[in-house]
Amino acid sequence: MTGLLAQAQTVSGGQRTLTIALFLSFVAATLFITIRASRNNATAADYYAGGRSFTGPQNGVAIGGDYMSAASFLGIAGIIALSGYDGFLYSIGFLVAWLIALLLVAELLRNSGKYTMADVLAFRMRQRPVRVAAGISTITVSIFYLLAQMVGAGALVSLLLGVNSDAAKNITIVAVGALMIFYVTVGGMKGTTWVQIIKAVLLMTGTTLVTILIMIKFGGSVSALLGDAAANSGQGQAFLEPGLRFGTDAQGIAGKLDLLSLGIALVLGTAGLPHILVRFYTVPDAKAARKSVLWAIGIIGSFYLMTIALGFGAAALVGPDAIKAQSPSGNTAALQLAEAIGADFFGEIGGTVMLAIIAAVAFATILAVVAGLTLASSVSFAHDIYASVIKKGNVKEGEEVKVARIAAFAIGAAAIVLSIFAQKLNVAFLVALAFAVAASGNLPAILYSLFWKRFNTTGAVSAIYGGLISALVLVIFSPVVSGKITPGVDGAPDTTTSLFPVGTDFSWFPLDNPGLVSIPFGFFCGWLGTVLSKEYNAEKYAEMEVRSLTGAGSEKAVIH
Amino acid sequence: MSTSRERAATDAGGGSTFLEVQATDEFQGLKKTLRRFIFPVTIGFLAWYVLYILLSAYARDFMGTKLLGNINVAYLLGLLQFVSTFVIAFVYSRYAEKHLDPTADTIRHRLEETTP
Repeated sequence: MTGLLAQAQTVSGGQRTLTIALFLSFVAATLFITIRASRNNATAADYYAGGRSFTGPQNGVAIGGDYMSAASFLGIAGIIALSGYDGFLYSIGFLVAWLIALLLVAELLRNSGKYTMADVLAFRMRQRPVRVAAGISTITVSIFYLLAQMVGAGALVSLLLGVNSDAAKNITIVAVGALMIFYVTVGGMKGTTWVQIIKAVLLMTGTTLVTILIMIKFGGSVSALLGDAAANSGQGQAFLEPGLRFGTDAQGIAGKLDLLSLGIALVLGTAGLPHILVRFYTVPDAKAARKSVLWAIGIIGSFYLMTIALGFGAAALVGPDAIKAQSPSGNTAALQLAEAIGADFFGEIGGTVMLAIIAAVAFATILAVVAGLTLASSVSFAHDIYASVIKKGNVKEGEEVKVARIAAFAIGAAAIVLSIFAQKLNVAFLVALAFAVAASGNLPAILYSLFWKRFNTTGAVSAIYGGLISALVLVIFSPVVSGKITPGVDGAPDTTTSLFPVGTDFSWFPLDNPGLVSIPFGFFCGWLGTVLSKEYNAEKYAEMEVRSLTGAGSEKAVIH
Repeated sequence: MSTSRERAATDAGGGSTFLEVQATDEFQGLKKTLRRFIFPVTIGFLAWYVLYILLSAYARDFMGTKLLGNINVAYLLGLLQFVSTFVIAFVYSRYAEKHLDPTADTIRHRLEETTP
């Protein structure tokens, strides 16, 4: 313990100053841009959708910035560093998911919607019930995702700055939250988009730099990198094969089904994430939305390919013991790797500089993602719940935007408070839960609504609530929440990775991830609700189909 | 907010026009051309992805077969998932530009011309 503390203190000297300086310059640059962007934030289309005037490539980069969260940057590198090949499965799922967005959702959504996911779902339905359901689901998914990012930020800062006190974590969470509220309330979608673009460029630059250094180190041979990683992992060849983390022999049949469940939730969740969907409204037309996804696929794909270098590089050059000493889940592996590879090439100062750069990138990553989430959920509150349900559509645009700003403040404040209490929660669990809810409730509703003629209000409401509730209930009764016991060796007490302590076990659902059951259930509820109701509006369906396929009557870009 | 949506609808010719457009061969052709690509391709890439996950879960000896140095079947198939994603994205964008955009543009211009 004393060794760890000493290490943390030596790490923190010059590097701490440099990390803070780099991070503050990022904050200063983004604040400047946010304030500039706020000049043209008069209308709802400006505040909610950035005036729909971003180009496809700009939006594609921003989508990358919105999507590549700290959980995927730090989390996947850590999982690969500790569990080898199995961590790579996350990377693949997160990328393949974009084909659903490209082929089935992006263009049709851009053509038929306006500001939120609910615009598309409620298009040919009764407005109020569908908007309430979509609003609740949007806010639920976004809050889980927000908590994951902010808890991650708190944990990150204590490691980076070498201070491991609750006070420091809380201060970080409050500071991140305050910045996020500022970006969103002042900059709206325009400010948030620029923050995400800058972050994506920084993240790609930092990751590429580390990857190039690793490839030089291993003479350009991936095989040599894998070999060293396996040798250093203490697991031998098994490190390069499936089965160290998911579906181990000890977990039996449930473990393998869990792998399938996670895989499906990752692939189907992305196109149901509200903060991703609203990004398609920031471009002038469907062609630009298509181009954004193509750019996003290019950027996100390159990034996830580089996670191989980051993860296996950390296993080879830092080693599992040193990683686990800093963070048992491996969240610091990428940072430790940056320091090790920097020191290897440029001496001790090089290590300090590389660590500071990657640490500042990690902070920027968290900030950009939380801003996107807060914006999407506050806009959904103002547009779907306040304007359509509370005010029944009788609300001036300016008032609605004001409510959105207040909602951003309230959701931001709630996220800060919840994060302070949620620090014991596992970050990967929160992200997986957000994906599972998005895939089970939102995706069935979106796909039915775009492609199924007969779909109606009862169907939409059933799909959203059915998917949302089944995903949440299954998680509550899963081993993630209670009863995952690791027996103590040699008389040591049993330990648990569940939320509840050893001795409390009310789990009956065997899988960590609910997707395998809750996603089909969400689709089933949507079908059942639809056939039980006679509602069908041929005119509205014709309007939606013609609009979504041709772009006729779609929302135009704002010209200033 | 519903008011602006209704305005958009009337701008583009109103509900009856949409019904008329929907019934044309041109529009039905567009719809068929879109669905003919996206549905089979979606089923295809999902099946290929699930196959890859199932192999990772149940065919571990096969996945562990070494091919080139330390690179085994699992990495090759994983890499092919990246390749197939990039290829599908590229092919779709070419398909859409060639077979979907011209018809969609024609119908849209005609619809939007009928209104001031």
